[in-house]
Amino acid sequence: MTTLICVVVVLALLGLYLSWTAGRLDRLHARIDAARAALDAQLLRRASVAQELATSGILDPAASIVLYEAAHAARQAEPDQREVAESELSQALRVVFAERDAVVEIDAAPGGTEAVGEMTQAVRRVPMARRFHNDAVRAARAVRRHRVVRWLRLAGHAPFPLAFEMDDEPPAVLTTEGGATAQ
Amino acid sequence: MRIGIVCPYSWDVPGGVQFHIRDLAEHLIARGHHVSVLAPADDETPLPPYAVSAGRAVPVPYNGSVARLNFGFLSAARVRRWLHDGGFDVIHIHEPTSPSLGLLACWAARGPIVATFHTSNPRSRAMIAAYPILQPALEKISARIAVSEYARRTLVEHLGGDAVVIPNGVDVGFFSGAEPRPEWQGDTIGFIGRIDEPRKGLQVLMRALPGILRERPGARLLVAGRGDEQEALEPLPAELRDRVEFLGMVSDEDKARLLRSVDLYVAPNLGGESFGVILVEAMSAGATVLATDLDAFAQVLDQGDAGEMFPNGDADALAAAALRILGDPERRDRLRTRASAHVRRFDWSVVAAEILSVYETVTAGAEAVRPAR
Repeated sequence: MTTLICVVVVLALLGLYLSWTAGRLDRLHARIDAARAALDAQLLRRASVAQELATSGILDPAASIVLYEAAHAARQAEPDQREVAESELSQALRVVFAERDAVVEIDAAPGGTEAVGEMTQAVRRVPMARRFHNDAVRAARAVRRHRVVRWLRLAGHAPFPLAFEMDDEPPAVLTTEGGATAQ
Repeated sequence: MRIGIVCPYSWDVPGGVQFHIRDLAEHLIARGHHVSVLAPADDETPLPPYAVSAGRAVPVPYNGSVARLNFGFLSAARVRRWLHDGGFDVIHIHEPTSPSLGLLACWAARGPIVATFHTSNPRSRAMIAAYPILQPALEKISARIAVSEYARRTLVEHLGGDAVVIPNGVDVGFFSGAEPRPEWQGDTIGFIGRIDEPRKGLQVLMRALPGILRERPGARLLVAGRGDEQEALEPLPAELRDRVEFLGMVSDEDKARLLRSVDLYVAPNLGGESFGVILVEAMSAGATVLATDLDAFAQVLDQGDAGEMFPNGDADALAAAALRILGDPERRDRLRTRASAHVRRFDWSVVAAEILSVYETVTAGAEAVRPAR
C-alpha cells in the first residue's frame, strides 16, 4: 500500500514538473517571438529612415545611391540573406556618416535635424533589439538542451531558436560617445 | 507610458540604487509618463507621491553583511496587488538577483520586464547553488541593462546571455551650477564616502597624505561621509592631523559645492565598484579626478583622458600623482575641459532617453504586464 502511495506521489510530482517545464518553454518561445517582432520593426525602421534620407536630396548623389541601394536590399532581402543585407546597410551608414561634417551638413538642411535624430535613434535601437532577441534565444536554448525536454519532446514543433547575427555597429558620430543627443 | 519600477532596498536607507531609482522616476514623470515605484519602507517613512510601500524590510545576514530585504508571503502578496492595480506597460526591476522585491516581482509578473544589474559581485556560492531557482525567474526578463561594460562582462560570465550598457545618470547641471565655498578652496583635496568602509580606500589616501604635505604643507584634505573619525586618522602622524577636516554627512547641495570647491577629488577605492557615480559628479562639478585604476573607473574616466589614475592601493603612486596634478594648473584645465565634454553622456537627459528606448523596444506590440495566473 505504502509503495503504491509513493509511486502515485512520485508520478504526480513528475507530472507537475513536466507541465511546469512545458509552460516555461512556452513562455520562452513567446518571449523570442516578441523579441523577434521588435527586432524586425527596428530593422525596418532603420531601413526606412535610411531610404528617406537617401531620397531627400540632402546627401550628395554618390552617397544617396550607396545608401538607397543598401536600404532597398535590406528591406527586400529573403530571410536567409537578411543578416548579410542588414550588415551591409550598417556598413553603408558608417561610410555615409564617416565624418562629423556629414551630420553638420544634414543638420543645416530643412528637416535635417529630425532626420539626424531619427537616424540616431534607429542605429541605437537595432543593436538593443538584437541583444534582447539573442538573449531570449540563449535562454530558450539552455532549457531545450535539457535531456528531459529532448526525450519527451516538450518543445513540441517549435523550431530550434537561432540567434540573429549581424554587424550592427552604428556610425561613431551618431552615438552618445560621439556626442549625439537624440531624444 | 505606464511604468512600474521595483526598488530592492529600503527607501529610507540612502544608497546608490535608491538614488538612481528616485532620479529616474522623477525624470520619467517630468517627461509625462506615469510612474509607480514599489519599495520596502516602514509605514512611518514619508514616501514621495509616486512610491508605494511593500512593507518593512527585515534585516538578515546575507552576503557577508546584514542586508535589509523583503521576502515571504506578505511581500509576495503586496507585489501581486501592486502589479494588478498598476496596469503597467512595462516593469523595471533593479538588482533582480538579490533575494528581495526584485526577484519576487520577476517571479510574480508576466509581460515586458526590464532589469538593471547595478553591482558586479564576483560569483558567490549562494548564487551557484540558487542558479536553478533563479534561472526560471530571470529568464522572464525581456531586456537586461548593465551600468557599465565591466558590469556587462561579469553578468554575461555569471548568468550567460547579453545586456545593453546604459550608464548611471547624473544631473550634470546641478553640479556644474553649484556655488563654490571659499572656506573649502585653496589647495584642497576632497574625499566623499563611508570613512570606515575599507573598500572606499580612505586609509590609502591617509597613508599618501604625509608625502603630499611634505611638498605642499598648505594642502588640506576635506572628508565627507559617515564613520569613526579618530580611527580614520590613526595612520597619520599626530602633527599632520589638523590638515584633515571632517565634514560628516553632507546634503546634496553641500556635496555639489564641495566638489565645485576642491582642486582635486581622490577616489582611492580598492574594488567592488561597478560604475562610479561620484566620479561623474566630481567631473560635472569641474573637479580634477584622481582615481584607482579599477576597470569600472577607467571607463568612467575615458581610459584616463578625463581624469588621472593610479595603481590600486599604492599610496606612494597616489601621492606622486596628486603632487603632479596640484602643481600643474594647465594640466588641470585640460583635464577639466575634456571631463566636461565627456560627462554629457551621463546626464539624465541622455540616460533617461536611453532607458525609454529600451522600454519602447520591449513594449512594441507586447501585452501589458499582469500577475502570472
